[in-house]
Amino acid sequence: MLDRRHFLHGAGAVAATAAAGLPRSGWAAERPKLSDELPAGTREAAVLDALPGKQPLIKLSYRPPNYETPLNYFSSVITPNDAFFVRYHLADIPEVDIRTWKLKVGGAGASTPLELALAELRRFEQVEVTAVCQCSGNRRGLFNPHVAGVQWGVGAMGNARWKGVRLKDVLAKAGVRKETVEVVLDGADGPVIDKTPDFVKSIPIWKALDDTVLIALEMNGQPLPSWNGFPARLVVPGWTGTYWMKHLTSIELAQKPYDGFWMKSAYRIPKGKFALVDRFLSQETEVNTPITEMVVNSLITGPAPGQRIAARQPVAVTGIAWDGGYGIQSVEVSADNGATWQPATLGDDPGRFSFRAFSARLNFAKPGAQTILAKATNRLGASQPRELIQNPAGYHHNLVARVAVTVA
Amino acid sequence: MKAIILVVGAWFLLAPAASADEQPVTLKNAPGRDAVEGNCGSCHSLDYIQTNSPFPSAALWDAEVKKMMNVFGAPIAPADAKTITDYLVKNYGS
Repeated sequence: MLDRRHFLHGAGAVAATAAAGLPRSGWAAERPKLSDELPAGTREAAVLDALPGKQPLIKLSYRPPNYETPLNYFSSVITPNDAFFVRYHLADIPEVDIRTWKLKVGGAGASTPLELALAELRRFEQVEVTAVCQCSGNRRGLFNPHVAGVQWGVGAMGNARWKGVRLKDVLAKAGVRKETVEVVLDGADGPVIDKTPDFVKSIPIWKALDDTVLIALEMNGQPLPSWNGFPARLVVPGWTGTYWMKHLTSIELAQKPYDGFWMKSAYRIPKGKFALVDRFLSQETEVNTPITEMVVNSLITGPAPGQRIAARQPVAVTGIAWDGGYGIQSVEVSADNGATWQPATLGDDPGRFSFRAFSARLNFAKPGAQTILAKATNRLGASQPRELIQNPAGYHHNLVARVAVTVA
Repeated sequence: MKAIILVVGAWFLLAPAASADEQPVTLKNAPGRDAVEGNCGSCHSLDYIQTNSPFPSAALWDAEVKKMMNVFGAPIAPADAKTITDYLVKNYGS
């Protein structure tokens, strides 16, 4: 199914490029604009670099590739495919041949296991959802004190129109036994050495049977980009990206909790620290629980950090807000470090799982260094904190959005 | 699509020093660098070390190296492990 002969071929291609002295775009020289809250080492090492088929993105690691979307792309509610962030845990990323690609659907909880070719998968009813895919560790690099991991700024996220088939329709075809507790997902990418745990994730059966969870084949009207999970990936609207398995090859109905490293040890948050609704009970321990839904959050896209603003003129503030799928109720902005807040105007509503645009006009009383704040509230009344909720792996960073500007 | 995949394929075939993609990742020249490049670089690019610096304490770098060995199965010889940890603490630690 997976053709690994391309490795040799690829090595030759790259060696030839290197020999000819052709730098990849973004080679060393191009520096992205980065927050000074990031670790000094991140600010020194991160470069703008274009993966094949992608725009120059902020490269945090080459192998496995971890590239975040620069801030300017978030001025649009839909993130373009070629600017969508790239995140891999493990570096063996094989070519998927769609002529031979098959999705296995089975496991102890399946009464009628099956295999689906791409053409067969396409025969299920096609549906579309606009949803934010955000890495659990988005903004990890902004944690103070810093925690180890990919030092993401604000761009390990994107919003797209995902089109595909409902996971529950495919599971129904495999026959879901009533003892099923979780659905285990695996993709074609894997570790470099056999002893490294393969990236395998599970979701609770109740979530897997939710209408909104899709096996997506398209993103913004195009086949999924290779870097974002071609030919099929899971889409779990409202939940963080860790569950959105790329290059799907296997779906297993499991009658007991999956105990692999990426569930048992990774992607966990301390219990009781975050006000979340969706719980993953079969994986909970005394002290921690798997991360599930995204927390309410916002991002200011304009003015840009450090921008100079003319005094005595209203400043246009723009941005986006999102949450775990309850929907954005309101966004407020402040020109006086939160002493007073004024409501922003919300843009069109593309659906409860989507980025929601906001805009406002602010007046600054004084010239000099100023800070613009933005704070979103969702339909459950949850909002963004002023103080960071610390947790060991640096997840769920949703501090009140802040941008420093100079009024002159 | 083909071109995309060809380049990806190369990343894990070639040793870091020989990969066009990783040429810019040059760690600080200090004792132990060879052990870091030879061991760490076989599974991931070395920019992971640069970006995760200089904040880690000695205890954090020690824990990271142990995690790579015990959780991710990195076949690092005990002597190399100490060399690697010392290098990271000294050159990329707080």
